[in-house]
Amino acid sequence: MQPINCYLGVSAILFCIGLFGVMTRRNAVGILMSIELMLNAANLNLVAFSAYGPKHGLTGQVFAVFVITIAAAEAAVGLAIVVNLYMNAKHVNVDQVNLMKW
Amino acid sequence: MAGNYGYVAVFAIVGVAFAVISLVMSWFLRPHNPSGEKLATYECGEVPVGPAWRQFRVGYYIYLLAFVIFDVEVLFVIPWALALRNLKGQGLGLFAVVDGAIFIAVLAAGLLYAWKKGALKWE
Amino acid sequence: MTGQGVAFAVLAAITIISALLVVTIKNIVRSALFLALSFVGVAGLYILLNAEFLAAVQVLIYVGAITVLMLFAIMLTQQIMSAKISQTTEWFWLALPMALAMLATLIFFFAMRTYPVNPAPDALAVGTTMPLAEALLKPYLLPFELASFILLAALVGAIVIAREEKPGATD
Repeated sequence: MQPINCYLGVSAILFCIGLFGVMTRRNAVGILMSIELMLNAANLNLVAFSAYGPKHGLTGQVFAVFVITIAAAEAAVGLAIVVNLYMNAKHVNVDQVNLMKW
Repeated sequence: MAGNYGYVAVFAIVGVAFAVISLVMSWFLRPHNPSGEKLATYECGEVPVGPAWRQFRVGYYIYLLAFVIFDVEVLFVIPWALALRNLKGQGLGLFAVVDGAIFIAVLAAGLLYAWKKGALKWE
Repeated sequence: MTGQGVAFAVLAAITIISALLVVTIKNIVRSALFLALSFVGVAGLYILLNAEFLAAVQVLIYVGAITVLMLFAIMLTQQIMSAKISQTTEWFWLALPMALAMLATLIFFFAMRTYPVNPAPDALAVGTTMPLAEALLKPYLLPFELASFILLAALVGAIVIAREEKPGATD
C-alpha cells in the first residue's frame, strides 16, 4: 500500500485545481463544479487518515459521509440560486452580477 | 478481497479497449464522404427541429432536486438497514427503528411540502 | 510495482487530469462530463483506501446525482451554442500563481512530513461498511438525525428559490 503522503499529495493537487477553478470560472455553474472538486479533495484526505490511523478508525469515513450530504444540499440550493439568477438576469456570468456592488 | 478488485480492473481494461478498438477500426475501414443529409441529427427518422443543445424548462429542475435529496437519503438508510440486525442483537432494536422512522418522517415532510406547493405537478 | 501501486497511479492520473480539464476546458458541458470522470477516479481511490461503502456512495451521489444536477443547470441556463464570450474571468494570470503557491504550501506542510500513522495497514483486509453503519447509529446518532433536517431545509429552500413565478398565481 502507498504511503499516506501519496494520497495527501493527490488531495492537495485536487484542492488547488478546484481553487483555481473557483477563481477563474466566469460561469456560476463552473464555480459550483470547482467547489465540488475541493470538497472531494477534503473527503479524500479524511478517508486517507481514516484508513491509515493507528487503529482502524472510522471517524474520517463518518465525516466524509456528512461532507457528501452537505455537498449535495449545497449543490441543490446553489444551483437553485443559479436558475433563479438566470430567470431574472438572463445570464449566469458572475462578473456581470454586480447590482449590489457598492 | 484484493483478488475481487482484480476482476474489476480486467473489466475496466476490456471495456475501454473494446470501445477504443471499435472506434479506431471503424475509422480506418469506413469510407469518408459526408453529406448534409448524413450529418443531420438522427431523430427517429423525422427532420430535426432546431439545434439539439437548446434550453430546457425550469420545471424539470424541481424533479431533479427531489431526486437528489432522496438519493442522499439512500446514503443514510442503507447503513441503517445494515445495522438494524446487529442492533437488535444488542437489545437496541426498538431504538434503531425509531431513529430510522424519525429520519424518514422528516424527509417525508419535505416531500409533502413539495406536493402541497404543487411542485410535483406537471404543467 | 505492485498491482495496488499501478491502480493508485492510474486512478490518481485519471482524477487529476480530468479535474484539470474541468477547470480549463471551454465547453461547460464537457467540463461537467469530465467532473464525473474525476469523481469516478476518487471513488477508485476510496476502494484502495478500504472505504467501499463510500466508493459506492461516491458513484451513486456524486456521479449519479450531483453531476446530473450540474448538467441540468447548464441545460437550463445556457445557450451553449451561441455563447461566444470567454468562460474565464480576467483574473486568470493572477489566479494561476496563487493556486500554484497554495499547492506548494500544501505539499510542503502536508505531504512532505511524516505522520504518526500505521505505515502500511493491511489493504482491503476488513470490510468497513458494517462498522460504519453501526458508528452512524450509535456515537454519531445526533448528526445522523440532523442530516435529515439539513436535507429537508435544502429541499424546501431550493423549491422556494427555483420555482417559476407564474404571473397571477397567489400561493
